[in-house]
Amino acid sequence: MGRQIYEAVVDGVLVGGVYGLMAVGLTLIFGVLDIINIAQGILVILGAYLSYALSVHLHIDLFLGLLITVPAMFVIGVAIYWAFMRPLRGRERTSMSLLASYAVAIILEGILYWIFSPDYVQLNAWYVTASVRVFGFYLPYIYLFGFVLALVLVLVLYLILYRTRFGRSIRATMQDQTASRLIGIDVNRVAAVTFGIGVAVTAVGGMVYGATSGGFNPNSGYDLISRLLAIIILGGLGSIGGALAAAVFMITLESVVSIWSPNWAIVVFYAALVLVLTIRPSGLFGRREVRLQ
Amino acid sequence: MTPASMMKGPDSLARPGRLQAATAWRAGGALALLAAIAVFPLIFTNALVTTIAVDTLIFVAAAAAWNIFSGYSGYISLGHAVFFGCGAYTVGIGARDWQVNGTAVFALIPLAGLVAVAVAVPFGLVALRVRRHTFVVVTIAVFFIFQLMAFNFSFTGGTTGVAAPFLVWNPSTYNDPFYYLALAIGVATIGLSWLIRGSRFGLQLRAIRDDEDRARGLGVRTMRVKLAAFMISAFVTGLLGGLWFYFITQVLPQSGFDPAFDLSVALMAFLGGLGTVSGPVLGALVLVPAQQYLTEQFTNDYLSQIVLGTLFLGVILLLPRGVIPTGSEKITSWRARRTGQAAAGQDAAGQAAAVIGPDAAASGPAAAPPGEPGAAAGPAGKESAR
Amino acid sequence: MSALLRAEQISKAFGGVQALSDCTVEVERGSITGLIGPNGSGKTTLFNVITGYEHVDAGDVYADDRKITNARPERAFALGIGRTFQLTRIFPRLTVMENMLVASQHRGGGRWRSPLARAGGQADRRRAMELLEFTGIAGHATALADTLSYGQRKLLELSYVLVADPAIVLLDEPAGGVNPSLIQHIAARIRDLNARGTTFLIVEHNMDFVMGLCDRVTVLDYGTVVASGTPEIIRNNPRVLDAYLGTTEEDDEPAP
Repeated sequence: MGRQIYEAVVDGVLVGGVYGLMAVGLTLIFGVLDIINIAQGILVILGAYLSYALSVHLHIDLFLGLLITVPAMFVIGVAIYWAFMRPLRGRERTSMSLLASYAVAIILEGILYWIFSPDYVQLNAWYVTASVRVFGFYLPYIYLFGFVLALVLVLVLYLILYRTRFGRSIRATMQDQTASRLIGIDVNRVAAVTFGIGVAVTAVGGMVYGATSGGFNPNSGYDLISRLLAIIILGGLGSIGGALAAAVFMITLESVVSIWSPNWAIVVFYAALVLVLTIRPSGLFGRREVRLQ
Repeated sequence: MTPASMMKGPDSLARPGRLQAATAWRAGGALALLAAIAVFPLIFTNALVTTIAVDTLIFVAAAAAWNIFSGYSGYISLGHAVFFGCGAYTVGIGARDWQVNGTAVFALIPLAGLVAVAVAVPFGLVALRVRRHTFVVVTIAVFFIFQLMAFNFSFTGGTTGVAAPFLVWNPSTYNDPFYYLALAIGVATIGLSWLIRGSRFGLQLRAIRDDEDRARGLGVRTMRVKLAAFMISAFVTGLLGGLWFYFITQVLPQSGFDPAFDLSVALMAFLGGLGTVSGPVLGALVLVPAQQYLTEQFTNDYLSQIVLGTLFLGVILLLPRGVIPTGSEKITSWRARRTGQAAAGQDAAGQAAAVIGPDAAASGPAAAPPGEPGAAAGPAGKESAR
Repeated sequence: MSALLRAEQISKAFGGVQALSDCTVEVERGSITGLIGPNGSGKTTLFNVITGYEHVDAGDVYADDRKITNARPERAFALGIGRTFQLTRIFPRLTVMENMLVASQHRGGGRWRSPLARAGGQADRRRAMELLEFTGIAGHATALADTLSYGQRKLLELSYVLVADPAIVLLDEPAGGVNPSLIQHIAARIRDLNARGTTFLIVEHNMDFVMGLCDRVTVLDYGTVVASGTPEIIRNNPRVLDAYLGTTEEDDEPAP
């Protein structure tokens, strides 16, 4: 029993790290642009399919394929932002962008269905099936590799945000768009690049998800986005550390609960969200609701 | 140039007779429309047509109900399918467990509404305390919780759902009672929506939408107001769920709790004009047949999904405020150009294009004399220059 | 003391910044009191603390000798403290009249009215129109608040704050960004209301406005009171001059 829990925790942390990377992308988009990108889920699936296409048709290794898919997703992200999000203005901007991104998600899902059909597929490589004996149980290599990669990327993201000038521009825009404009920051460029980064991380998430989920199809996007949303809300909208912590916490919780009941594990996921919000409406690390002007 | 004269607005609503005439026209039009809708199934007896009609009416009512909460308060809910599904399951489970048959099943529909309200209370108490952005996500989360519960619980029938008892009615007029019931609910909801809009309650809701904290600071009991609207909206949606269940004779977890439901309803309201009375109605009247048409035309399911999504996107990008407000502005500015003078008007739906009075901002020189036509601009929602 | 409003030894910090430090301000009943000071001296924070938008770290606020420290904004409003904001807060998608009616929710006293009743009864509307005529924007009653110009919005905010017949009104930069004749208009309205018994506490940067209108002026610097007295005294107070000249550039400096 203890062994099972132990294994579930390790599993949860490793997978949680990858979800954390995707969640960070989502919460970053919100922090800088005030946009809740509902399409993030289907974009992960798109990333997975891209990896799939590269792997199956061009026989490119999954990790190497990332060198193609990550920039590709970045470009796709910038394009989506420029075409569909930037034109939205006015008071209802956040709601509109939510609906717009939902529309984009539906379109993408339809396109993926069309191209790839609803059949379930899975990403394969030697490290997906081969496992290493660690801490007394067998762990597929992909979990470790994926986790390490996610960690590295989060670190890279952190370095960009806190050690580069551009990163400073991003953080400034997160805090106050108008003030940033006033000191000469090209807010539009920052916004576009941030959206691109937020989407680019889905390439990595998609690849790992595709390899570890036991099969995916275009419909899997719904499950993904609802988890990601729950994660970033629990962590606090706009908080990167919060997104990471929440991801690891919730995925681990789900993993442990699924020992007893796989069906109910996912409900616990959402119930945890609702519970946290009852106590702390702005999420664990979210900023307090602004009451003044 | 005294400040007093600067402050005088344009001669708005100068002719009361004109306003009365406009209202009379509107009322007459509405009645004629109602009469036409009432006799519709008697004329078009094709079951296929009336089925779409029932669907349309259900969505008209659903969109109107959704608007009562989300449109007026500005809290976009993507979880109303929870109420719809709960309503559907209530009638289904009730009919199954209490051995209810035939027309008696209709008596369960009000119960469906009540169950939905019972769910709305804890739902609202948790969800309405958070910011708007978070609120949307919480509604999505709760939606998934309910869908998952429907899949997992045995009393909901799990993946096989619940089937409705047989209805031995004449097939050619089978749809009619559903039609009229949906019509009744729809008319009542629209009426309620209109009443609310002009009422103190509605005013408080709309103030919350504009500046919730300021409203609270002025004494508006924001939680109570929001929760009340949420409950009303839930009740109607629950009723509709119950009706729908009996109409299509079955509920499954993914059909009762369908993510497309909320999206469609939101889209209808946005298309027609969020926060107006007639907007959601118009949106539903346009979108439901359109969706149906698309599904027929594009037998490839996925293509119709792509087209729907594109349509959706188009509406959001091009008509951000919806047809009714945009249309009303265009009519007003067209009228203004025709009469060659800036006009201020307000239609019953509450959206208006109004003239900015002579600008008293610091940058301008001494303001123009009163009554001078200002730019016929400044429609609702556009950020005015400060 | 006939102080209608008293903020005693208020301290408030935001992170590392001490916005208010042992600050005591009194507003006498029936006066027009000005609150001036360089940017960052804590004026708006003091307003926020008095009206419940911020909690104090230390100190108390008394309205009519009743302790209201940390009361919620709606309670302050109900107790007769009205307040406007630096960045005018109105309800943009409601009409001007509707803006007024939102504020009149609680004047009906104990009589319960159906929530579905028409917004705003006869009496409420009449009073709203009176106030709108008083401030001068009655002609825009049916226009959406969004379409009002900046100056008109300021007048609207003042109008709806007055709906509740407050005993004291806190005005945050009423003359900010507004042209001279409108400033005179606003000053005249304030004087009228004051003559009828309303007390005012006004934060302003416009020195002419403050000195010409207020009976008493209190000066804040770095979150604490450095001087308090009649405009003449303040005008010549070296500490006040120091506070202004020593910190930020001010367009309006007190006349030497």
